[in-house]
Amino acid sequence: MTLDQFLIMRHELLIIIAAVLIVIVELMNSDEHKERVIPFAVMVFLAVTVAGFLPIDTGILFGGMYRTDEITIMMKNALNIGVFIIFLQSAAWLKKHKGTFRSYGAFYFIMLASLTGMQYLISSGDFLMFFIGTELATIPIAALVAMEKARERSGEAGVKLILSAALSSGITLFGISLLYGSSGSIFFSDIARSFAADDLQILALLFVFAGIAFKISIVPFHLWTADVYEGAPVSVTSYLSVISKGAAVFILVFLLYKVFYTVPGIWMNVLYAVSVLTMTIGNLFAIRQQNLKRFLAFSSIAQAGFVLLGIICGTQLGFASVVYFLLIYVFSQLGAFGVVAAISNASGKENIDDYNGLYRTNPKMSLVMMLSLFSLAGIPPVAGFFAKFFLFIAAAREGYYILLLIAVANVTVSLYYYLLVVKAMFINESDDPIAKIENDFYTKAGLAVCTAGILAIGFFGTLFDYINSISYGVK
Amino acid sequence: MIEKIGIENLLILSALMFFIGVYGFLVRKNLITMLMSVELILNAVNINFVAFNRYFYPEKLQGHFFALFVIAVAATEVAVAIAIIISLYRKIRTIDVEKASEMKY
Repeated sequence: MTLDQFLIMRHELLIIIAAVLIVIVELMNSDEHKERVIPFAVMVFLAVTVAGFLPIDTGILFGGMYRTDEITIMMKNALNIGVFIIFLQSAAWLKKHKGTFRSYGAFYFIMLASLTGMQYLISSGDFLMFFIGTELATIPIAALVAMEKARERSGEAGVKLILSAALSSGITLFGISLLYGSSGSIFFSDIARSFAADDLQILALLFVFAGIAFKISIVPFHLWTADVYEGAPVSVTSYLSVISKGAAVFILVFLLYKVFYTVPGIWMNVLYAVSVLTMTIGNLFAIRQQNLKRFLAFSSIAQAGFVLLGIICGTQLGFASVVYFLLIYVFSQLGAFGVVAAISNASGKENIDDYNGLYRTNPKMSLVMMLSLFSLAGIPPVAGFFAKFFLFIAAAREGYYILLLIAVANVTVSLYYYLLVVKAMFINESDDPIAKIENDFYTKAGLAVCTAGILAIGFFGTLFDYINSISYGVK
Repeated sequence: MIEKIGIENLLILSALMFFIGVYGFLVRKNLITMLMSVELILNAVNINFVAFNRYFYPEKLQGHFFALFVIAVAATEVAVAIAIIISLYRKIRTIDVEKASEMKY
């Protein structure tokens, strides 16, 4: 194997190098100056993100265990951008906990380890790499969720995440073992060839689907979501809801389109039912939430239901609209979480009622929050509208009209609760509004990147054409 | 020797272990016991992999290697889970899962 071939894994290698560098810089600084690692980590990861966009070869490695193609690289870059924004937004939170966190490098290292897992997951070519990628992505994140040891909720959320993740990975593994028994191989290509849709293999398909559905928090497997999102520190919550979910959706599409493509009738029916359930239940629970983190958790469950609308099509357009949606979702969800994080750090307030009169005291942050929520709801002209538009077009082309009707009804319901937050910020009066917050440079930069993404991507039309040209449908 | 034990016996054993694990995970209230239930599930998977490999595909070793990786990953999972449980225990002085319920719908 020559170096050229090895550099196909450039994204993963760069992230690992960045993680090690951050730990070294942390060790070189004494405890009093540990905040020096923050600008270094941000700069290094900015370099990694930019380097991800340089032209790169595609191909397979390790006898097919690892493979990349253009759409995988596109997704990896989207994940990198998301983590970069999270790094910017977490700086204020890390500085606030200077007294209790012994090390800042640990936060960056663990998050980058998990990101490496995600990237190996989305470019896995057999079930062993898939399994290791999932575990590498999940286990470190549980440690991060429980990082604020002083808060009981943080530890509780960590326990809930790791136990349910362990159960879900056990169920997936049982499915994988049945697939191995029935086809004699763990490589995706071999399994796809010998997938004969007998009962055992369909049971295995359901087990594997359940494990991934847990990661995306699709409805029957969503019960951990709200508790973990509420208990975790806001930066970790945004990682879970954007990066983790995005990677899992991507690998789900890949598995369904490239491995289980011989039985589309079966998984399309499952996805149909699950999509309706996810949208509806996510929306109904979101309406009654007061805590903004729980609110965003349920709204992200509902968004996952809309993503399934694109997956169910099984066409090239469907896949392209899913990736496009995920890309825009990174910016809109992180914009909303960025504002929640900034306000939670400065004032400790996380309820919707606390946001009453926010526009009077913090007009800029209110505007960013409004744009993000509009983008999540899908109001033109912000990017979220185009994301939903393409998803619906893809589903309409395949003739899923009843499903579309349910989806549109759900968008209307979601509009109601997103606008409740906007109303609280702009219209409601408050005797005791949140005081004016002076954000540091990192938070401002993070929110600016999100706002630029939300406003610009929708009008950058060639992007969707590009994604469409590199995606594929069910074989 | 191997002919005397059919693969169906091993598969029944692994299926039993899997469902005992799932049942234990859902019913037990002790966090450590829940972890042990997960271990049962993972070991059921290992039996499956090794049995399939030995009986059906003895010319290749994919199943054996998968089992090795499952063992290693299960160890890391337990290490992190125990660490988190200890950190929670210091806070609430119990490992009863019913007591860790500050957040509810």
